[in-house]
Amino acid sequence: MSYYPGCTLKTKALNFEASAIAAMAALGVNLVELPRWNCCGTVYSMAEDDLAHHIAPVRNLVRVSEQGSGKVVTLCSFCYNTLKRADLLMRNSPEKRDAINAFMDEEIDYQGDVEVVHLLEVLRDDLGWEEIAREVKVPLEGLKVVPYYGCTLTRPQEAAIDSVENPTVLQELLRVLGVTVLDFPLATECCGSFEIVSRPDSVTERAYAILGMALRKGAEAIVVSCPLCAHNLGQQQPKIAEKYGNFPGIPIIYFTQLLALAVGISPELCRFDLNFGEVEALLEKKGLLPQCERSGVGE
Amino acid sequence: MSVPEENKDSSTVEAPVAKKKGVPEGVGKLIPVYVMGKRYEVPETLTIMKAMEYAGFKFIRGCGCRGGICGACATVYRRAGDYRLRVGLACQTVVEPNMYLTQIPFYPANRASCDFSQLTSSPEEIFKLYPELFRCIACNLCTKACPMDVEVMDYIAALKQGNIARAATLSFNCIQCGLCASRCMGELPQYHIAQLARRIYGSKIAPQAEHLVEVAAAGSSGKYDAYLEALMKMSEEELRRLYQEREMEPEIAPEDWVPNNKEYL
Repeated sequence: MSYYPGCTLKTKALNFEASAIAAMAALGVNLVELPRWNCCGTVYSMAEDDLAHHIAPVRNLVRVSEQGSGKVVTLCSFCYNTLKRADLLMRNSPEKRDAINAFMDEEIDYQGDVEVVHLLEVLRDDLGWEEIAREVKVPLEGLKVVPYYGCTLTRPQEAAIDSVENPTVLQELLRVLGVTVLDFPLATECCGSFEIVSRPDSVTERAYAILGMALRKGAEAIVVSCPLCAHNLGQQQPKIAEKYGNFPGIPIIYFTQLLALAVGISPELCRFDLNFGEVEALLEKKGLLPQCERSGVGE
Repeated sequence: MSVPEENKDSSTVEAPVAKKKGVPEGVGKLIPVYVMGKRYEVPETLTIMKAMEYAGFKFIRGCGCRGGICGACATVYRRAGDYRLRVGLACQTVVEPNMYLTQIPFYPANRASCDFSQLTSSPEEIFKLYPELFRCIACNLCTKACPMDVEVMDYIAALKQGNIARAATLSFNCIQCGLCASRCMGELPQYHIAQLARRIYGSKIAPQAEHLVEVAAAGSSGKYDAYLEALMKMSEEELRRLYQEREMEPEIAPEDWVPNNKEYL
């Protein structure tokens, strides 16, 4: 299956990628990275007449076409959103499609023939919960988490992988893995996103609201699918503690890391050391780290 | 309405041997080219650089090696009736009829300064020195502008992915002409970023070649000082003879080939 990593998964979110590739291999799905790709464009441009910022995502869709693949899977929900919406633009706006194709005259024309999917869709629609349940070797029982979707998996409607208002795909997956999923009213709240660059204080406030709610619900960790959400919810915690005091903190975990652990991947491969928060300590406390395997690795 | 000069059919004209003083015999036809907008008739067999010199230009800078290596004679040109800007090295590209051209011998793109010895092999170092890296929108104009066919956009993409080794490999043929930067809508100094990537790769990522370390140590220890001193004292004639008689590895040689004179090994 053609796989588009995105820049962040190669730099700041190595734990996201490593755990996903290992977990999917265990489930019989080979994620094959595109041999050539560029930045997704990061943010889908909303300006009607700004075609230049659609070139980057469309070029990646051309790369998928070149591979003779009709489908590309992403992990980062920001990449998913940008690629998906660029594809929809190329499908639904013939005039803009022609202009973009004409500009990229060194590439084959893109006709809107690539399906952009997020890994959660592959798990739900291609594999199915029952098949995944059969592959669970280490049920993650006793671990209490809240699912956090952020914005880009379910907004806008035309790019949503699930219900915009009440998505359930993440809960469904986590329950299959044996995790206790708590109700979380702020699951689709915005974490502040790229405002972290220009208005970091507003992101601190957003993160405080989301993390505080998760703690009040009794969560031991927050499960995410977006490296930017992970960054904002993680890196703001020291600032929150400094500003408000009495803030215990809460680990941030990618859903792929729990998936990998559950299907029997060694914790070393999940790279919990790169997460924010004491994830390994939490998993150890819950008896979810296979001790013998851990000591066996690297010897 | 008259047809603009540049849109007329490209045609060649016979060399006006009698009229033009100094036209060498056998240069073939003269063709019109436009250097910075002014028309000159030049022999069709010349490179852009030779043609400009033929036309009377004198290169003090922007000439370089004349061998397609140094990148000093980057030239932008356009063919009559075509909107497309094309690029080439003036020392390598042969003139065409009705070519509109100018040289861009230098491009004033930002080159970040740093204490190289203090840098680590982390891509963050490049991100900090060149934050404009992230202004790339993958338009690919840089690649189209490269006279060396370097995949410029792809090495910029590799750097954004933190892959310094890939960027170093992809940019290996860069000759630092700066044409990529001249066309960049994100205003990136691609060629300077790539040079930093290659330096970091070469000194901090790629495995060190053991034999090179040995030879460098031998040099530092004075092993070759006597040879060099002897060379310094030789007459030009002696040097010339030594150079002409030097032993060279044949084009096709076995892997274990060694020269007869092993004195300097």
